[in-house]
Amino acid sequence: MAEVTQLIHQYLRHNKKFPLVFCPGCGIGIVLGSLVRSVHALDIPKDDMVVVAGIGCSGRIAAYVDFNTVHATHGRALTLATGIKMASPHLRVLTVMGDGDALSIGGNHLIHAARRNIGVTALVVNNFIYGMTGGQCSPTTPFGSYTHTSPQGQMEKSFDVVEMARAAGANGVYRGSVFHAKALDGLVQRAMSRPGFNLVEVMTPCFTQYGRGNRFRSPVEMFQWLKDTMTPREVYEKLEDKTGKLPMGVFVEHDEPGLEQRHAAMRQALADKGGAGS
Amino acid sequence: MSAMQRKKRTEAFLLGNEAVAEGALLAGCTFFAGYPITPSTEIMEVMARRLPHVENGVFLQMEDEIASAGAIIGASLAGRKAMTATSGPGFSLMQEQIGYACMTETPLVIVNVMRGGSSTGLPTSPGQGDVQQARWGAHGDHPIIVFSASDVRECLEMAITAFNYAEKYRTPVILLLDEITAHTREKIEIPRPGEFEVLSRLLPTMPPEWYKPYEETVRGVPPMPPIGTGYRFHVTGLTHDPLGFPTSRPDEVKAVTERMFRKIDRFFHDIQIVDHDLTEDCDTLVIAYGSVARSARLAVRQAREAGVKAGLLSLKTLFPFPRPQVEKLLRTCKLVLVPEMNMGQISREVKRVNSGITTIRTLNRVDGQIITPSQILKEIA
Repeated sequence: MAEVTQLIHQYLRHNKKFPLVFCPGCGIGIVLGSLVRSVHALDIPKDDMVVVAGIGCSGRIAAYVDFNTVHATHGRALTLATGIKMASPHLRVLTVMGDGDALSIGGNHLIHAARRNIGVTALVVNNFIYGMTGGQCSPTTPFGSYTHTSPQGQMEKSFDVVEMARAAGANGVYRGSVFHAKALDGLVQRAMSRPGFNLVEVMTPCFTQYGRGNRFRSPVEMFQWLKDTMTPREVYEKLEDKTGKLPMGVFVEHDEPGLEQRHAAMRQALADKGGAGS
Repeated sequence: MSAMQRKKRTEAFLLGNEAVAEGALLAGCTFFAGYPITPSTEIMEVMARRLPHVENGVFLQMEDEIASAGAIIGASLAGRKAMTATSGPGFSLMQEQIGYACMTETPLVIVNVMRGGSSTGLPTSPGQGDVQQARWGAHGDHPIIVFSASDVRECLEMAITAFNYAEKYRTPVILLLDEITAHTREKIEIPRPGEFEVLSRLLPTMPPEWYKPYEETVRGVPPMPPIGTGYRFHVTGLTHDPLGFPTSRPDEVKAVTERMFRKIDRFFHDIQIVDHDLTEDCDTLVIAYGSVARSARLAVRQAREAGVKAGLLSLKTLFPFPRPQVEKLLRTCKLVLVPEMNMGQISREVKRVNSGITTIRTLNRVDGQIITPSQILKEIA
C-alpha cells in the first residue's frame, strides 16, 4: 500500500481537481495506473515524459498525470505527438486514445503513424463505445451490440485494431486488458522501451454506456467477461474452439528505427558531406 | 553600411511562394509539415530541400492538412517556430486545429495561397475568397491575425512578420497570398541576418513550481516554455483555468476568453499594418490587398496623370481590420473603391467602418482572372 501511495504522490498532480471523472466500474483508472507504474518501472524522468491524449473518456487521463500533458483535438493526438517527437526526439511521447478517437475520426492518422514508424507509444483504450457522448456505436462495437445509435443491434462489422496496426507497419503491436493488470503493465513497458511506433490495445469495460444496454447486470460481470474472453496468445493459438475468445499479448515486434532516428541519420550524413548549415 | 557589406547581399529571382519559404527560414522556422496542394506546393518543396540543411530542421509530408496543422502545433509546443502552407480546400480542413491553436495560444504560421472559386474551384487561377474564412473559419469566438502580401518582396517580408507576430502574441498567424502573387517571379534582395527584426516567444524566468501557463499578465501574453524543459503543464482545447486545467467556472471561463481577446485588442496599433500610396491629398481612394493592390498602384498613378486626386491604401493586415487607418481616409475622400477577386469580403469591413461617411464602390471579379489596372482606372477616373 505504501508503494501505491508513493506512486500517487510522485506521479499524480496535486493541484488537479480530484476525484477522477470516470464512472464507477470504468477500467480507464486501471490504464492510468498501468501508465504510471510503467513510467516508474522504466525510470523515465517526469520532465521527459509527454502524454498526448485525444478526446473522450480516455483522453481525460492526461490531466491527472504530472508529466508534460497535451489534450489534443478529437482524433488528432497522433498528429501532435508526431510534431512533438520530431521536434524533440529525446522526449518519450505516449498517446492515449479511445476506440472512436483512434479508429474512426483518427483512423487515417493511426495508419500513417504506423507506416512512418514515428517513435510514439500509442495506447488505444477500447471499450466498444463512445462513452463521453452518451453511448453511441464505435468502429469496435461488436456486431449485433446495442447502443443508442444501433438500437436494433450494430449492423456493421468491427475493426480488429491489432490486425490493422500490423498491416499498417507498426514496429510493435500488443493487446492487453484491464482485468489482467500485471500483464498489461508488462506490455506497456515493453511497448514504451522499444523504437518506432508501438501500439497497445487495451480492452476495458464501459458498464455505464455499453454494459447496461447489452445484458451485463453489473461492472463485475463485465470484468468477469474480460477474464473469460481474454486469452494469452500462446494458449489461444492452441485452442480448437476459438469462439468467444480473444488473444492478448505480443503480436508484432520489428526492430526498425523510428522516423526521428532516420531523420537524425539523414542529417548526420548531410553534415558529414559538409552540407549542414549551408 | 560599408561597400564590403553591401557586396555580400544576395539578390535572387524568386517566385512569391519561394520568397515565403525564404522569409520563414530567415525568421527562424525549423519545422514544416504540409500536404501537397496547388497553388501552394512550391513553398513545401523549398522547405523539403532546405530544412535538412538547417540545424535540427524538420520537414514532414503528412497524410492530410489536418495532420499537417497538428504536427506544427506539436512542434510549436516543443519550442519550434513552425509553419504549414496550403490552399482553400486544405485551409478548410485545418480550421479545427487553428481554433485549437488559438485556444491553447500556440504560435503558428499558416500560409494560404488562395485559388479561385469555392470547393475545388479553380486550382490554378487566382482568387481572394478565403478572407472571411481566415478570420472566422474556426468555430467559437477567437482572435486571430491575418496578413496578406502583394508582391514577391512583400512575401518574404510578411513571412518574417508573420513569425514575429505569432511569437510575440502567442497566436496562429495566417498569411494569405493569391495565386498571382505566389506564382509571380521577381528579382528581390535577400536581407542579411541583423537587417530585420526576429522575435521569439517569451520564456518563463520563474522557477517551474511558480509557473502558471495561462496566467493573467499585463501584456496578456503569458510566457511559454518548450515541452520537456522542466515546466510540466497541461495543454487543452477545453476552456481552462490559469493552470491549464479544464474549468467551467463562469469567472474563470470569462477571464481566459477575455484575456485571449485583450492580448490582441490592446495592440491594434502594432498589428495593423498598411501602406499609404499618394493618400496625403487624395479625394478618391482605392483600398486593396494582394495582387490587386499591385494593379491598383498603377491605376492610381494613371488616374493622377488624368487629373484625378487618387490614392491607394494597401492592406497588409486584413485582421484585426485596420479600422483607424481606413476611417481616417473615409472622412476625407468622396469616393472609395474596393476591388477584390471575390464577391466582396473586405468591402464588407470597409462598409462596416464607413456607416454612411462616404460612397463605397466595389469591384468584384470572380472569373479566375486578375483585376487589371485599367479596370480599376475605369472605376475611379
